[in-house]
Amino acid sequence: MDVTHSLLYLDGVSVSFDGFRAINNLSLDLGRGEMRAIIGPNGAGKTTMMDIITGKTRPDSGDVLYDGGTDLTKLDEAAIAELGIGRKFQKPTVFESQTVEDNIILALKGPRSAFASMFGWRNRVPHREINRVLDVIGLAAHRHRQAADLSHGQKQWLEIGMLLAQDPKLLLVDEPVAGMTDAETETTAQLLKAIAEDHAVIVVEHDMAFVRALNCKVTCLHEGSVLAEGSIDAVSNNERVIEVYLGR
Amino acid sequence: MRTPITIRLLSDQRIAWFLAIMAVVIIAVPALNLLVPQGSAFHVPTYIVSLLGKYLAYAMLAVALDLVWGYCGILSLGHGAFFALGGYAMGMYLMRQIGPRGVYAHPVLPDFMVFLNWKELPITWWGFSNFGYAMLMVMLVPGLLAFIFGWFAFRSRVTGVYLSIITQAMTYALMLAFFRNDMGFGGNNGLTDFKDILGFNIQAQGTRVALFVLTGLFLVAAVLVSKFVTSSAYGKVLVAIRDAESRTRFLGYRVERFKLLVFTLSAAMAGIAGALYVPQVGIINPSEFAPGFSIEAVIWVAVGGRGTLVGAALGAVLVNFMKTWLTGAAPEFWLFGLGALFIVVTLFLPKGIIGTISQWRAARAERAASRVVPAE
Repeated sequence: MDVTHSLLYLDGVSVSFDGFRAINNLSLDLGRGEMRAIIGPNGAGKTTMMDIITGKTRPDSGDVLYDGGTDLTKLDEAAIAELGIGRKFQKPTVFESQTVEDNIILALKGPRSAFASMFGWRNRVPHREINRVLDVIGLAAHRHRQAADLSHGQKQWLEIGMLLAQDPKLLLVDEPVAGMTDAETETTAQLLKAIAEDHAVIVVEHDMAFVRALNCKVTCLHEGSVLAEGSIDAVSNNERVIEVYLGR
Repeated sequence: MRTPITIRLLSDQRIAWFLAIMAVVIIAVPALNLLVPQGSAFHVPTYIVSLLGKYLAYAMLAVALDLVWGYCGILSLGHGAFFALGGYAMGMYLMRQIGPRGVYAHPVLPDFMVFLNWKELPITWWGFSNFGYAMLMVMLVPGLLAFIFGWFAFRSRVTGVYLSIITQAMTYALMLAFFRNDMGFGGNNGLTDFKDILGFNIQAQGTRVALFVLTGLFLVAAVLVSKFVTSSAYGKVLVAIRDAESRTRFLGYRVERFKLLVFTLSAAMAGIAGALYVPQVGIINPSEFAPGFSIEAVIWVAVGGRGTLVGAALGAVLVNFMKTWLTGAAPEFWLFGLGALFIVVTLFLPKGIIGTISQWRAARAERAASRVVPAE
């Protein structure tokens, strides 16, 4: 098995919940710095796959290898995050009662022990570190506002900004444009493309126009396994994909 | 960002107000007791000094509870247990100070042990004649219990109402245990009839005033330590855990360790509060472990405003002042009053007194700001 060229390597992964096979013999191979879009109908196992990669769910069988062979199925969420895997949830989950700036400070890469957070570097984060992120996501003017007061789209960007601050090797992004206006969707696509220049990214999304805008390799999941994989045109013209997902 | 910590603490208006009020209280109450002659209308009798000292000890318990509940979302319904354990440690020191002056005049054993026909001091009591050892135990015993409890609870990811219920069970189990005579902590009657502390007569006016001042100083220290903790990045992580626990985990924070540390710190703080409480009320018995007491403490914090520290202290003093007054004036109404208070606060002041004031001030500042903008 050659895993040196890939950043994330899933092989024969299965998991059931109360007899329901959410993931069924799933295999996926993501290269370093690659951007991949995952599409598929509801219940195809997209979010469960994210849960398995980030340690929230343990698979019943199969391999999940990361960055040259680290077995992710043996680690918990915090350890996996420390290895450089960041996750953005379907619903925007920012820390609502804290300011935009504090959200970024919490996310920034650095020591995360209790002791270090009480006395260490995170109490003296240089402004430019925060500005670097806020400029990318366009929230510099909102740095002292409470995250709860942001619009839906701004929250999504803040969460993407938190991922940037974490500086992971791999970003998992779950439905980033759900509930966004067309203009916001467009901005988000630009943002993700910029991020993909120096990070590997997996995006789960239903919005086909958005997936097309990302211009990357696409994997379509169905009933817990890969139905089709390839360019957006190849996948969207695939008979089976049209049948189960896109509709005629 | 590089402001020194002292300035960071003082720049908080609430803390500044709190410090100012505490300075006045700590100076004025002893002065009105010691310097104003007894006949004067301004004289504060010694029993009132101790009553106020008791309120301040409760306030410290409330601050400890606010630290875990207000900032980390751990609703402990068993914080009274940590308070009581600290109180027992202090009580055991005070019992050993009685020496041969007990009713049975035994040189070593406290009266209740003689009464139970015990021949020697149980291991749990060893060393408690030493003040330093006893004070260490005041923090160590509650801290250790919290650590062990939290170790299991937080690692197993017990949260929310389930955690509240097991904290409640913990304090209830301890209450039943301490009621038993053969536990060796005085059973039903608890520990009482204290004579002196560090050689000073515990009933004397000077000792009472000194205990009051000490309690005030420890309350100030508890608020400042809590403020330091909560305004550090560690405190930001606590709030993050409170608001979105699994998100915090995906950022790479070991949530259970953060919870364990703050829970242990809070328990040790509650233990110190209990130790300051016991010499001022003159007794510690298993009723302090009663679930009802821990729930009352939660109400103090809710009334004052959780997540504000200063509010928790204020709530404790206000509610206990009401309790003293109402249990004197119309004792049958106290529990109804407490219940009504909790409902009123939950419905109309969900942020508590201090939280509501802050919200109101913030809204006013925003209105003022929006009026200024068009003029520019």
